[in-house]
Amino acid sequence: MSIDTLFVDPSRCIGCRACEAACRECDSHKGESMIMVDFIDRGLSVATQPTVCMHCESPVAPCAQVCPVLAILITPEGVVQQADASRCIACRNCVYACPFGVPKIDLSGRLMKKCNLCYDRTSQDLQPWCAQACPTDALWYGTYEQFTHERNGAAVRQTDFGTQAVRTRVYHVLPADGSRLQVGANTDGAVRAGEVSQEEEPWVL
Amino acid sequence: MSVNKDTFDPDRDANYDFQSAGKPETGWAKSDQLPDSLVPTHCSFCGVQCGMYLRVSNGQVTGVEPRDYPHNRGALCPKGVVAYQQVNHPDRLRYPLIRRGGKGGKLERASWDEALDYIVSRWQALQQQHGKDSVAVYSGSSMTNEKCYLMGKFARVGLGTRHIDYNGRLCMSSAGVAYAKAFGLDRAPFPMTDIPETNCILIAGSNVAECFPVMMQWLWRARDNGAKLIVMDPRETPTARTADLWLPLRPGTDVAILNAMLRYVIAEGLTDETYIASRTRDWDKVKAAVEPYTPELAERIAGVPAKRIIAAAEIFGRAPRSMVMHARGIEHSTHGVDNCLACINLSLARGQVGKHGGGVMMITGQGNGQGGREVGQKANQLPGYRHIDVLEERQEVAEVWGIPESEIPGEGAAATEMVKLMATGEIKSCLVICSNLMVSLPDNAVVARALDNLDPLIVIDFFMSETAERADVVLPGSVWCEDEGTTTNLEGRVVKINRAADPPGEGKRDWEIICELARRLGRGQFFDFHSSRDIFDELRRASKGGVADYAGITWEKIDRQSGVFWPCKTADDPGSPHLFTERFAHKDGLARFHPIVYTPAAEEPNESFPLRLTTGRVVYHYLSGNQTRRLGFLNSQAPEPWVEIHPSAAKRFGIVHEDRVRVRTPRGHMELKAIVVPTIRPDTIFVPFHYGHDGAVNQLTNPAVEPTVKIPEYKVCAAIVERIDSPLPTGEQHATENLTSVNAPKMFPYTVGETKGPAETHGKEF
Repeated sequence: MSIDTLFVDPSRCIGCRACEAACRECDSHKGESMIMVDFIDRGLSVATQPTVCMHCESPVAPCAQVCPVLAILITPEGVVQQADASRCIACRNCVYACPFGVPKIDLSGRLMKKCNLCYDRTSQDLQPWCAQACPTDALWYGTYEQFTHERNGAAVRQTDFGTQAVRTRVYHVLPADGSRLQVGANTDGAVRAGEVSQEEEPWVL
Repeated sequence: MSVNKDTFDPDRDANYDFQSAGKPETGWAKSDQLPDSLVPTHCSFCGVQCGMYLRVSNGQVTGVEPRDYPHNRGALCPKGVVAYQQVNHPDRLRYPLIRRGGKGGKLERASWDEALDYIVSRWQALQQQHGKDSVAVYSGSSMTNEKCYLMGKFARVGLGTRHIDYNGRLCMSSAGVAYAKAFGLDRAPFPMTDIPETNCILIAGSNVAECFPVMMQWLWRARDNGAKLIVMDPRETPTARTADLWLPLRPGTDVAILNAMLRYVIAEGLTDETYIASRTRDWDKVKAAVEPYTPELAERIAGVPAKRIIAAAEIFGRAPRSMVMHARGIEHSTHGVDNCLACINLSLARGQVGKHGGGVMMITGQGNGQGGREVGQKANQLPGYRHIDVLEERQEVAEVWGIPESEIPGEGAAATEMVKLMATGEIKSCLVICSNLMVSLPDNAVVARALDNLDPLIVIDFFMSETAERADVVLPGSVWCEDEGTTTNLEGRVVKINRAADPPGEGKRDWEIICELARRLGRGQFFDFHSSRDIFDELRRASKGGVADYAGITWEKIDRQSGVFWPCKTADDPGSPHLFTERFAHKDGLARFHPIVYTPAAEEPNESFPLRLTTGRVVYHYLSGNQTRRLGFLNSQAPEPWVEIHPSAAKRFGIVHEDRVRVRTPRGHMELKAIVVPTIRPDTIFVPFHYGHDGAVNQLTNPAVEPTVKIPEYKVCAAIVERIDSPLPTGEQHATENLTSVNAPKMFPYTVGETKGPAETHGKEF
């Protein structure tokens, strides 16, 4: 059976931060965005990328595994929750353990904060605010079957960090011919900052 | 460049509550409070007019919720998400202000009676002494149809002045006239929901991603269905970044590429001859006109490889269904009408206009940019797109207004011309609403002199804009959700804006202010409106039988159908989402081809000013930024303007990334932060235009205008970028001037504002 989940397609991201603005409107954490949008390298491109909790399934939630006080709980549906405020000791273990750099520490509150996949909305069959607002569908919410029916691009839920693979509830969308998301593996042929490939004909005269 | 850190950064609004920093009230203090009601409405910002719900608790707007409307499907851009924060903003104007000490004095709190009596007595004195036309109205399009209609009527019936125009002059006037010339009707001919049906999208001069973010979902749906995307833009915008083909042309050279593409389409036999023969006129003239535009000539003019122009023509020419979309990038030009007509030619030659999944679409920018230009606040128009210089059409409107036809004044000055008349003293007082001239008009040193020449300058606004700062009287108006009414979005879909709050303090709804002014001018009998619905009902009657016919549109029908597309002539007419499917709006039902030749921009680079300066938008801001620069989340993302410059140009001028630099044009200079990025042509620089005072790029832009519709050339002028420590040149320096004071088209006054041939002055035919 297929679950509703998020699909993150950076090729469609326009860097408008509607997701951040919308996340801040959520009743459970007004004014604080649990999603981040970054320029990948503005010195090269206008490309941007949203970062949101991937809700790791296997190994299950590294952040929860390293939490010394069992503050990070996982719902029966497999959604990894923000640290329980009454338990969290702000030790930052989760920050260091997360392979995607998602949990943040609120220094004034001494609390870890991160995305709950809008538990208050999704449990009532609404979309998470970020995907609901996203004007380009770079963040999209639905089932895998719906996604492959409606959209191009390869949705993958496994990210390879060297020899460590992490399977997540949330999908990344790669170009249609991509199948594996290997962090650090695809940089060999890439152009470095400031270099111009000699083979390519100029676009601008 | 990543700013993604391990901690919530109190200085970065993007991930932290900024309420403590004196930013707008957000309603978050009551975050545990569930809304009493959700008010269905639409966004206050761009022409997409996304549906949204406002959360209302105890009569206060406290938040926003998604609304699944046909064209935005629940999506919002960041401007839409935080739009509600305008309502209880601490910067809201709460009571009338008067500059009692005259120019140079301070704006002081006044009562409504004092403010309105002062205005009316000054106006009456001025009009008695200098004639009716000494008072002008400068209106805007980011407000409801009801208000736009009222402004046109107020100027002509309340004041009896010919001088009324609006900020759409700076925005859509070239596209509007191009569509009227080619099709006999000025509206995008299909709804956005058609976009997924197409096979190819050519975007000329629009950064859809940042200007109409919510439209991107429709482009992507088309691309998911296999459509190809071609983007013409001097910058690699987020729209161009993933396009199938990007043509990074020199600003102002669009016609060269469009004509070369058309020539290739003809040469390859890709024209739709049956369509051309049965549905259009004047094809032969265009065929001859594009013949000289070889890909090589286009390459020389536009600076894009000929091969890529051919590739674009191949993709476009062989697509069974294709769409051309264009916006300010080609319209803000001294040949803006020609640019749009060149797009139209291309689409007509392929037989696309009126075909399902094909056609040409202007992407109207302002919230009510479409409605604002058809309900009669334009210098040469009466409600329903009626012409002010056609006797029968004047009579139709005079009858609705209950005045003799002879009392309707003639055509007035265009917005850009008004400034000249203010500077020369012909216009002595001006009422400005929904506009921020000091940020939006080109060469704003001249604008400042013109505004300071007015006595009095009256501004109705809800925030203290850069223009209101210069006013003698400032009247506090309403933000969008404090009033109800209709707007018409970029598809021609009329939607309903609902009231969610009341204006704060002594603020009034704009239409109430205008009606009260009319009463005090002794013209109250023509402005006996008790609600905005009364105004809409009169607008329906006034537009009846016109091109933009709203007669059959009711607020209830809008709710029932999720918007109504005009023309909608009768109660049982569902409206017209698709235009031109059978015939065009000209009397003979045929579309017109117009032969277009390339004309260079009014000002071009030379040794003194070697670069082309182009201006544009940022996704976080709307128009002059008077609203969005006050919303913390938006402003923190883009708090000040910058100049984008290519690394090779930066090297040439000795500039390093994030340096403060001086950008200079023949009009003046300003300091900006340099962003050195390869996403722009090396011969072009870009500055966003949403900022005021020292940050206004309109200190630099060229005030040259299109000779017929008077739209300024914001998108190209000659410029230089200098290190801040380099000395300013002594003596005057000039750029290459293709339009000079000698050969430039004459500004007002001449017979009419928009220069027309005899055919146009004798009827609706262009």
